Amino acid sequence: MGLATTPSSTLQRKSSYELDDFAVPTGREEEWRFTPLSRLKGLHDGTAAGSGAVSVAVDAAPEATVETVGREDERIGKAYVPADRVSAQAYAAFEKATVVTVPREAVASKPTVITFTGGGGTAYGHTVVRLEPMAEAVVVLDHRGSAVYADNVEFVVGDGATLKVVSLQDWADDAVHVSHHHAQLGKDATFRGFVVTLGGDVVRLSPSVSYTAPGGDADLTGLYFVDAGQHLEHRLLVDHSQPNCKSNVVYKGALQGDDAHAVWIGDVIIRVEAEGTDTYELNRNLLLTDGARADSVPNLEILTGEVAGAGHASASGRLDDEHIFYLQARGIPFDEARRLVIRGFFGQLIEKIEVEELRDRVMAKVEAELAG
Amino acid sequence: MSTLEIRDLHVAVEDKPILRGVNLTVKAGETHAIMGPNGSGKSTLAYAIAGHPKYTVTGGQVLLDGVDLLELSVDERARAGLFLAMQYPVEVPGVSVSNFLRSAVTSVRGEAPKLREFAKDLKAGMDALSIDAAFAQRNLNEGFSGGEKKRHEILQLELLKPKIAVLDETDSGLDVDALRVVSEGINRFRAAGETGVLLITHYTRILRYVKPDFVHVFAAGRVVEEGGPELADKLEAEGYEAYTKASA
Repeated sequence: MGLATTPSSTLQRKSSYELDDFAVPTGREEEWRFTPLSRLKGLHDGTAAGSGAVSVAVDAAPEATVETVGREDERIGKAYVPADRVSAQAYAAFEKATVVTVPREAVASKPTVITFTGGGGTAYGHTVVRLEPMAEAVVVLDHRGSAVYADNVEFVVGDGATLKVVSLQDWADDAVHVSHHHAQLGKDATFRGFVVTLGGDVVRLSPSVSYTAPGGDADLTGLYFVDAGQHLEHRLLVDHSQPNCKSNVVYKGALQGDDAHAVWIGDVIIRVEAEGTDTYELNRNLLLTDGARADSVPNLEILTGEVAGAGHASASGRLDDEHIFYLQARGIPFDEARRLVIRGFFGQLIEKIEVEELRDRVMAKVEAELAG
Repeated sequence: MSTLEIRDLHVAVEDKPILRGVNLTVKAGETHAIMGPNGSGKSTLAYAIAGHPKYTVTGGQVLLDGVDLLELSVDERARAGLFLAMQYPVEVPGVSVSNFLRSAVTSVRGEAPKLREFAKDLKAGMDALSIDAAFAQRNLNEGFSGGEKKRHEILQLELLKPKIAVLDETDSGLDVDALRVVSEGINRFRAAGETGVLLITHYTRILRYVKPDFVHVFAAGRVVEEGGPELADKLEAEGYEAYTKASA
């Protein structure tokens, strides 16, 4: 008996462009067992007809080109093959895709902001962001309004290119969003993904990373604030199939209120051929009230003996009474002491957001959540 | 002039009585040392006065200028003029020292200090305690050595200027140099004669630097003997054995 050479991670079990290759989930499957299927408004079982109710507006950097294309465009589906039923449903049903391209060696002079605004109803989408070799860009995905929305986003990061993405899920209270964000990294490419999920009834976001050549470096950061009744789920997958690549995953969330539910799945695979991989993943949850629940499942599969570093950590807990006591003992009122500690919990993460206006907006949102 | 009056204080931890009727009065300008063996309830007294949730007051009063502190929340007690320098200051990740100190000073004074003035006070305070300027940007108590934590407690004491300061084993874990620096801070704080100090300690060592006016010996949850500074010398020579036997 030697080491296993194929990963067992369920997310990798199958991928297909064909909807019929995926059975309608029942909720007993490993990849669906945390998700409240009854609240997906039919996204998972083919009963939700798209009405195109999410409008897409792009404010692009002058160096980037933006196109709205049909399904037949050959750049679609190049980097990513749908990996579950809802993803395949979105792939089968979208009508128009947005393609943003930053040409070779171009350095975008400002962030490219793609705003997805829900106007009620159901919609399916597809977005491709392509950075040609040596290009550099910051892209913001800003989701707002009310919708039942399933989509796939492909980030194609060319050799030596650097892409920084902030995806903000700032939906209205009744929104449902199921989304896959896949980043494909070329040789020596850098990807910095920052996810902020605050709004929506159900949000299930699955960021994944693959490498086509050595030297790729992916940093995935996430921040979420779950209120009463909300289900916010993040499913990370980093697939190390090339030597000498890096990945770092840090997700932190706070939960408050009855039936606030956070799910975090962190799958990292280091395949036999991925020698010299350096990876770390961390999830922390802060439970601010009774009645909230966090499920956190880190999963590191190492199939080679030659790694540079591999680790994971997960912790969920309450606000520390001793922290609050110390601050209160210096005259700081309870509410402010609580705010200081929570701000401290998130603070270092928020500082990593590339765009300053966005940093302020996220900070203001977190403050508002704390006040509310 | 302020007065702290502890009247027949009874405190329990998880239904187990720890303090069994403590009576003590500390007036502005006075320094009282509370000495006693481990487990005698000295720290319980400190934390119960400050309002730590782990301690349940089962009887008695703690009056600061006539106001019963036991009726107030932890932060209200601090704003009323009480300060507890802790034996084991807790690490608070992500909260910087400067941010924390500014919040504390703002809360205690009831208004935000002028930024330039505050920066000046902070620098002076840190210099006096030989605290490196880089400390202001570090996370609260995170990675601080034992000595750094205690200096930081005394820095807060000097910035917040309470009416009554309770110092819980501030001398423990300090080397001689750090003990001198910390003691000088305490002496600066009490020099004006407008504040009272309740100094809790196991050892007589700090009393050579911070001279007490009164010494109280604590055993089995109450004061069992009181006297002047000479009582500390007696304890130095004879230890606590006589008291632990008597109360057992």
